[in-house]
Amino acid sequence: MSLVFVETDESGEVALTSAEALTFARTNADVLAGSVLEAAVIGTLTESAHNQLAVLGVDRIHHLESADLEAYSATAWAQALVDIAPETGTVLASGTPRGMELMAHVAVRTGERMAANVVAADEEGLLRQVLGGAAFERLQLGGDLQVLTLAGHACKPEETTPTTPEILTHSPESAAEDLRTRVVRTEVETDADNDTSGLTQARAVVGAGRGVGSENGFGEVLELVDHLGGALGVSRVVTGLGWRPHSEQVGQTGSRITPDVYIACGISGAIQHMAGIEGAKTLIAINTDEESTMVQRADYAIIGDLHEVVGAVNEEIRSRRG
Amino acid sequence: MDILVCIKRIPDIAGQITLDGSGTDIDDAGLGHTTSAHEECAVELAIQTAAATGGKVTVLTLGPAEAVEQLRAAVGVGANDGILIEAEDSGAFGTEDIAQVIGDVIRDRTEGGQNFDLVLLGNDAADTGDFQVPIRLAYDLGYPVLTSISTFSPAGGPVIEARGIGPSGTEIFSLELPAVVAVQEGGVDPRYPSITGRMKAKKARIAEYVAPEPGAGNPRIGLELPPDTANEVTILGEGPDAAGALVDVLEEIGVIRS
Ligand SMILES: Cc1cc2nc3c(=O)[nH]c(=O)nc-3n(C[C@H](O)[C@H](O)[C@H](O)COP(=O)(O)OP(=O)(O)OC[C@H]3O[C@@H](n4cnc5c(N)ncnc54)[C@H](O)[C@@H]3O)c2cc1C
Repeated sequence: MSLVFVETDESGEVALTSAEALTFARTNADVLAGSVLEAAVIGTLTESAHNQLAVLGVDRIHHLESADLEAYSATAWAQALVDIAPETGTVLASGTPRGMELMAHVAVRTGERMAANVVAADEEGLLRQVLGGAAFERLQLGGDLQVLTLAGHACKPEETTPTTPEILTHSPESAAEDLRTRVVRTEVETDADNDTSGLTQARAVVGAGRGVGSENGFGEVLELVDHLGGALGVSRVVTGLGWRPHSEQVGQTGSRITPDVYIACGISGAIQHMAGIEGAKTLIAINTDEESTMVQRADYAIIGDLHEVVGAVNEEIRSRRG
Repeated sequence: MDILVCIKRIPDIAGQITLDGSGTDIDDAGLGHTTSAHEECAVELAIQTAAATGGKVTVLTLGPAEAVEQLRAAVGVGANDGILIEAEDSGAFGTEDIAQVIGDVIRDRTEGGQNFDLVLLGNDAADTGDFQVPIRLAYDLGYPVLTSISTFSPAGGPVIEARGIGPSGTEIFSLELPAVVAVQEGGVDPRYPSITGRMKAKKARIAEYVAPEPGAGNPRIGLELPPDTANEVTILGEGPDAAGALVDVLEEIGVIRS
């Protein structure tokens, strides 16, 4: 049996990353010893989430809702998952911060090992991303229960013949000790400084790196962002120098993005940056250095100074618009 | 507040990597080494908090003898002293082993009279990315643990207020000490060493332990590199004259706002 921890978004829809995890569990059922697919939803279970879980092939939904689980506490939530986890098989979540944290607690509490950022499973074991995606590690967890998280975008969500999932409702009470690390309050962002949603959802992202030159060098790239109705993404050098906030950082320790087009301006293409843009459909580089990794890895490139090139691109867009 | 920060020596890779002869590790012969990004932020948070509360910062690493470089670098930016747990082949350790070895050293320091109010780590190491050591260590010590924390501040008594980015905004936790906190990059900017810092780093006091043989061991069977997908880049041109060709591409993709 496979138990997948399912995250839902604000409107109660199944998160895309959780749909990926469910698809991974279903399509690898034989190697994960998970012929029965179960989903665990903590909090509200909407009609729409219920229907989504059905088309993702879920056989059984555990709906956990109680006063103790209302505010997030990793230990309380993890214990609730442990209480419904199978003895043999797999417990899995997508590799989001929450998925990672919960699976690590589940692993300790069940006395099992865990594999983070798994991308594939076969008879030889698991394959997972290491070094920010620069290499893959093959490993075997052993144990009766495999605890794992799935790397983002390692698997495309796939619908299947809809099931009619049975719903099991639980209202667990948590031990006082498991409520010690409960969220006491959440501040919804009013300033854009911490909000990464624009970046991860944009169809077009303009990337800016050290080549921009200074804090005041973002005029042209920001105008291009505006023409594309897109978002700005930056390298760690840019956030490290304090030119732009960390919420705009793309890469291993920033956001991982999946736009239709990524236009990297003055970014060299370090492995940690590339880790964040693997999901981009088309990659365009604007760089003075033809030999840079970014140019070599791009679909299209312009060799030249980014201020001049992006300035001319903006002008061209304005003139075509008439 | 006395704070222990656990850091890891990792290869500083930017471009292509190759595997060593065993096929289970990368060839780091020609590579420099650095500290994981999240941990640099953990060190910075520790230094700020210790300064604000009149405490001390100790940095700890489990790794080869050379990992003393990373401890010295942390002393160079303001940590007070370091602990090296020497393990020639630290890659042979599983997350359970690492947590236990660190837990044993913490208990040993406590017996010797050095108490840590707070144990900081990075969310996950940049090379192995296991995302487990902070949580396993917390269970080993019997402490509460938070992960993905970007900043925290003393909140009166043995309590800190910790903040991290959650799915719907900034989440705030009230954490009773002693505790373990895993830090996520983004809340603070790690400082650079000053000239006096560099001098201090050279004379840093480093306590040394030798790690026992790993118990659980590393579940790794081997490493693989992603397939070398030959890429053909289309150079649209040089300089501003190529702008038209780029706008054509963007129009074709259909991302220009009307
Ligand atoms: C543990 C760890 C985690 C990391 N995580 C991340 C991460 O999440 N995201 C990230 O981005 N990095 C990350 N890094 C840093 C990464 O290794 C690189 O240092 C960083 O991505 C480089 O940023 P850059 O490309 O802007 O700068 P550089 O590497 O300095 O490149 C600048 C580029 O701009 C070009 N250029 C210069 N002037 C111009 C001009 N006028 N016009 C056009 N082009 C110009 C140059 O040719 C060069 O290619 C991480 C590093 C470590 C060790």
